[in-house]
Amino acid sequence: MFGSVSNSGGLGPDYTTPTEWLRGQGRCSDVVMSSRVRLARNLAAHRFVPQADRTQRAQVLSLCRRAVERVGPLRWVDVHTAQEFERRLLVERQLMSRQHARGKLAGGIGGPDEPRGLAVSLPDERLSIMVNEEDHLRIQVMRSGLGLADALAAADAADDMLEEELEYAFSPRFGYLTACPTNVGTGARFSVMMHLPGLKLLGDIDKVRRAAEDMSLAVRGFFGEGSEAVGDLFQISNQTTLGKTEQVLLHEMEAEIIPRVIDYERHARRMLVEKRRMTTLDRVYRALGTLRHARLISTDEAMELLSLVRLGVLTQLIPAADIKPINALLLFVQQAHLQQIVGRELTQQERRSERARILRERLADVG
Amino acid sequence: MLCECGREATIHETVIINGKAIEKHLCEECAGKSGLGAQVHAPLHELVSSFVKAISPAEPAQLSCSVCGLTYAKFKQTGLLGCAHCYAAFEEKLGPLIERAHEGATHHVGKIPRRALERSRQGGPGRLESLLGSAEERRVRLEALQRQLHEAVQAEHYEQAASLRDEIRKLDELNGGET
Repeated sequence: MFGSVSNSGGLGPDYTTPTEWLRGQGRCSDVVMSSRVRLARNLAAHRFVPQADRTQRAQVLSLCRRAVERVGPLRWVDVHTAQEFERRLLVERQLMSRQHARGKLAGGIGGPDEPRGLAVSLPDERLSIMVNEEDHLRIQVMRSGLGLADALAAADAADDMLEEELEYAFSPRFGYLTACPTNVGTGARFSVMMHLPGLKLLGDIDKVRRAAEDMSLAVRGFFGEGSEAVGDLFQISNQTTLGKTEQVLLHEMEAEIIPRVIDYERHARRMLVEKRRMTTLDRVYRALGTLRHARLISTDEAMELLSLVRLGVLTQLIPAADIKPINALLLFVQQAHLQQIVGRELTQQERRSERARILRERLADVG
Repeated sequence: MLCECGREATIHETVIINGKAIEKHLCEECAGKSGLGAQVHAPLHELVSSFVKAISPAEPAQLSCSVCGLTYAKFKQTGLLGCAHCYAAFEEKLGPLIERAHEGATHHVGKIPRRALERSRQGGPGRLESLLGSAEERRVRLEALQRQLHEAVQAEHYEQAASLRDEIRKLDELNGGET
């Protein structure tokens, strides 16, 4: 059954507009799509999510919900009772993880009915708080472009407000205690989503992977852990969370690794424009041509081609006034957003044709 | 390994009663009460306890958390812990594991829950210790930070050095506040 999630106006969510990570603003937004800080927190006197039964999870959920209300006027979603369709929209907007949508933890613990929640700041969707994901609380702050410091400040403030109400699990030796010991210490994960079509075309992505791994940073795909880097979108994040302060972790990312990758990518784009101009021109226009004329198209193909068009526009090979409509399409070609825009449930075949139609319409004026 | 009182056991003793060897695992305080305290720092005791550790089976099958009941075997299977106490219950085994996962780091530096810290400062040294750890732990942490500061200066990462200096100053202040 399909229930289109209504745009109730005022404080309601609007799922037909882009979200923070697609705004195309902020520092270095030609390469950096978005920056995200995530803090993992647990309550002291309660079992962690993996070892809690349904009653205990429900209890934590209501405690956390009350605390979340102190943070500000956030929209609350009971994820366990939300429609499958809305869960998908929230994942596509990167407001919660795929794991939270499914409700399943590592080792097959849990299921879709386990009590869990999500709070989202509206209308900007910059702050979201997952309750009963792998940890009791996952505070996430998103910023368009390169802005980890700003995101950390906001996450830190939300964390303090939550702690006014809640007693956190903390040890002097291991810091903030988390369900998975790989997150202990600061519990802070910094991620930067980068669009790297230049490096991809030159076959130099492995250079980034190696550089990141040398600094023990992880390189992941579009939807985080275990996902493919569709559309040449890569997430770079820290793996260690213990033994370094938040500021040091942040600095290692924002002042050391990320600027280097940005330089690599910009250099690659210059190479493509100056030394391989005709080939690159051909590639980006073929991509635009396909998107403007295809009658059936899958999400992955659309993402790959949009990536090339984005490269074309940013290098001014394709004249276009604004990058934002192209960014927005990265979201609108996703399964749930596509159906939200069309306004009804679609079969897979229908999705392929509706996706093609929307791309034709929205790219009509580009190039 | 935990003491009968629930705290981390630091004294491991094998006593012979009626010809039977009985293992005891106690924290410093309980060891003191039971009369073991006097021998605590004797080198001989160290020798005996490390010998006992060396010959005891490497993996007690039923190692579990006394608060949430999670077994270590289950943790090994899922990689997820069951409650805050699991960190103490499995500390001996988790310690090296965590160290490997975090590039050799053994101690937390960085944010401390703000409100808990404020309350502890008003509530006396015992409570502050529950957030900052023992004198030894504080020393380890300060040393780690000073090492990082030195490296940051060497590498001319001055912003990072400044934030480390602030962190060291904050910890110094907190330490001073207690004594």
